[in-house]
Amino acid sequence: MSVTTAAGVNAERPAALSEKLRAAAQAAAPTLFAVLVTAVIFAVFLFAAGADPFEVYELIWTGAFASWFSLQNTLLRAAPLLLVALCTALPARLGLVIIGGEGAIVFGGLAAAAIGVVLIDTPYVPALLLMAAAAMVSGAALIALAGWLRHARGVNETISSLLLTYIAIAVFNHLVEGPLRDPASLNKPSTASISDHHMIGTIPGTDVHWGLAIGVVVCLAMAVLMRKTTFGFAARMVGGNMRAARMAGLPIGKLVITTCAMAGAAGGLAGMIEVAAIHGKANASLNTGYGYTGILVAFLARHEPAAVIPVAILFGGINAAGGLLQRRMDLPDATVLVLQGILFVVLLASETLRGRSLFGR
Amino acid sequence: MNDFTAIGRRRLLGTTAAGLAAATLPLGGALAQAKPLVVGFIYVGPRDDYGYNQAHAEGAAALKKMAGVKVLEEEKVPETVAVEKSMESMINLDGASLVFPTSFGYFDPHMLKMAAKFPKVQFRHCGGMWTQGKHPANTGSYFGYIDEGQYLNGVVAGHASKSGKLGFIAAKPIPQVLRNINAFTLGARSVNPAITTQVIITGDWALPVKEAEATNSLIAQGVDVVTCHVDSPKVVVETAERRGIMTCGYHANQAKLAPKGYLTGAEWNWHKVYGDFIADMKANKAPGNFVRGGLKEGFVKTSPYGAAVPEKARTMADGIKAQMLGGAFTIFKGAMKDNKGNTVIAAGKSHAQTDPWLESMNWLVEGVIA
Repeated sequence: MSVTTAAGVNAERPAALSEKLRAAAQAAAPTLFAVLVTAVIFAVFLFAAGADPFEVYELIWTGAFASWFSLQNTLLRAAPLLLVALCTALPARLGLVIIGGEGAIVFGGLAAAAIGVVLIDTPYVPALLLMAAAAMVSGAALIALAGWLRHARGVNETISSLLLTYIAIAVFNHLVEGPLRDPASLNKPSTASISDHHMIGTIPGTDVHWGLAIGVVVCLAMAVLMRKTTFGFAARMVGGNMRAARMAGLPIGKLVITTCAMAGAAGGLAGMIEVAAIHGKANASLNTGYGYTGILVAFLARHEPAAVIPVAILFGGINAAGGLLQRRMDLPDATVLVLQGILFVVLLASETLRGRSLFGR
Repeated sequence: MNDFTAIGRRRLLGTTAAGLAAATLPLGGALAQAKPLVVGFIYVGPRDDYGYNQAHAEGAAALKKMAGVKVLEEEKVPETVAVEKSMESMINLDGASLVFPTSFGYFDPHMLKMAAKFPKVQFRHCGGMWTQGKHPANTGSYFGYIDEGQYLNGVVAGHASKSGKLGFIAAKPIPQVLRNINAFTLGARSVNPAITTQVIITGDWALPVKEAEATNSLIAQGVDVVTCHVDSPKVVVETAERRGIMTCGYHANQAKLAPKGYLTGAEWNWHKVYGDFIADMKANKAPGNFVRGGLKEGFVKTSPYGAAVPEKARTMADGIKAQMLGGAFTIFKGAMKDNKGNTVIAAGKSHAQTDPWLESMNWLVEGVIA
């Protein structure tokens, strides 16, 4: 965090561009190092599992980035991760570990579908805006609750956001299989469909829906908010030392709850996009683990909203290549999970090392 | 990192060329008979789950032994854009011309979207309701009347149970599941009309912890034979065996997991269905669009009886099975009441297995406690 603070201060000076680049490179170094170490450990794992590591890496490249089809595949899978990673990354700026992204997605998707069904005859833009607003409010409410519990009651936000996710999924299942169920959805209980005219289309010339662009814009906006505004400065101060921030007179409660609400809104928006760009209705497909992958993405991006973009694309790529690994190398699906797991552990380890050897405080 | 991009550039050229080659393939495919038929399978869970996915993977394994067939498999593919891209990748990168997305949620919108995009590829989906005119001609659905196996499970369980209390652990209250619960209960009550089936719904297809809790809770209520309809019956069967009660299997054969308590089981026999599809493709005709079958058609089968099955049960179950194989047995016939006392099938009326009405079942038969 010392590095990012330095970058923020440097931004004040006009001649500091090269210094800014150096700071960015320094901030990215531990992550790149972690990726490299992971690649080596994973290669050993593959070797032990009887697969040729080089062939596997080549396949990952083929399946993730090497052709226009693969690249679109990667971007499409990255799209929901961008927003839901913010659900963990934003509160982390205040030193909170929120892992309720999955709950925010299902709540957001459900709210969007529930509103969308009512708005069948509304014009395109207002309908989408209302769906997005409903999704963001419901996602925000869920995660803000975890923030409030932490602030007002001292409840650990990691545990509460996880438990709230379980509650959210249970409520979601109850509503989708009960009061909101479309009677025609026989074997996969779903809400009624939103209007076909209200579906978010694809970016021209691609197969990738506009959710990707929305995700990128929101990530960049959050990066600006966290780096260039007094709000972001205050948030980082709380993250740096909550007691000092309180002594300085910062409204801790307001900051915690607002940031958590923004985090939840990002997750909720991810759910709305899943509904409006892909499924057209809310059902169990919203609850397939994007929220949990988002946690990994946020940690790997070191909770830097702008860094979420490349990391989400990396994860999208790993997932896109997973199928090819199964088909061509006969490796089980868990191979990709092993890769992600190693990456996470190495990253956490490199975080502890960072303060000691690479960058003195 | 430099190495990585260097490989990348080389690979980029290679794969683009391969992609172009694959794109032109379907046009020449009909002429070039020597090329293997590439078939893609997509599973929602692990292919060794002792359940739903394993049953399909066993069918795929049978195809691998056929000459001129190349099988592609992907497991644990969620019902999101991921499955669309898996299908597209199988078609684009590996030249698949027949794709089996085997999970129910793959159908709408994912498979339909891909079917519109690749009109020359055949898509066949497990469990869906393909409707003429509504769904594209290069798509279709297949399913089996596995409730016949569950009825026989019920007959055997009815004989084996001492407490008269049976248990059923179900994932979701949807027609396919309710039909199995009803068939199981009807089978058991044909032996002893006082038997009841206690149902616990877990809420999702793969929740191992809840499934174990549900099994224990049923045992605490005096249930002594349990069966289930979840993606993987492994946990239910193992928990029941450890607690010393009996089980009837589902999806695949779980006898290995419960050598003492496994009675029999309702299993899929997908290699028959997949074999038929392949034969059609090789004869250059599109496989059927709406394919259904039961024991008689070889779509489903039953596990061999376990040691704990009494002789009387074997005789009776074998007798009913013979009738089913001859097409002379109807499970759902009047007068039939639901568990709230309403008449759901009037006296004298009967619904053959092929009746689509049965695929929208939303009631539980008398004797089910849920």
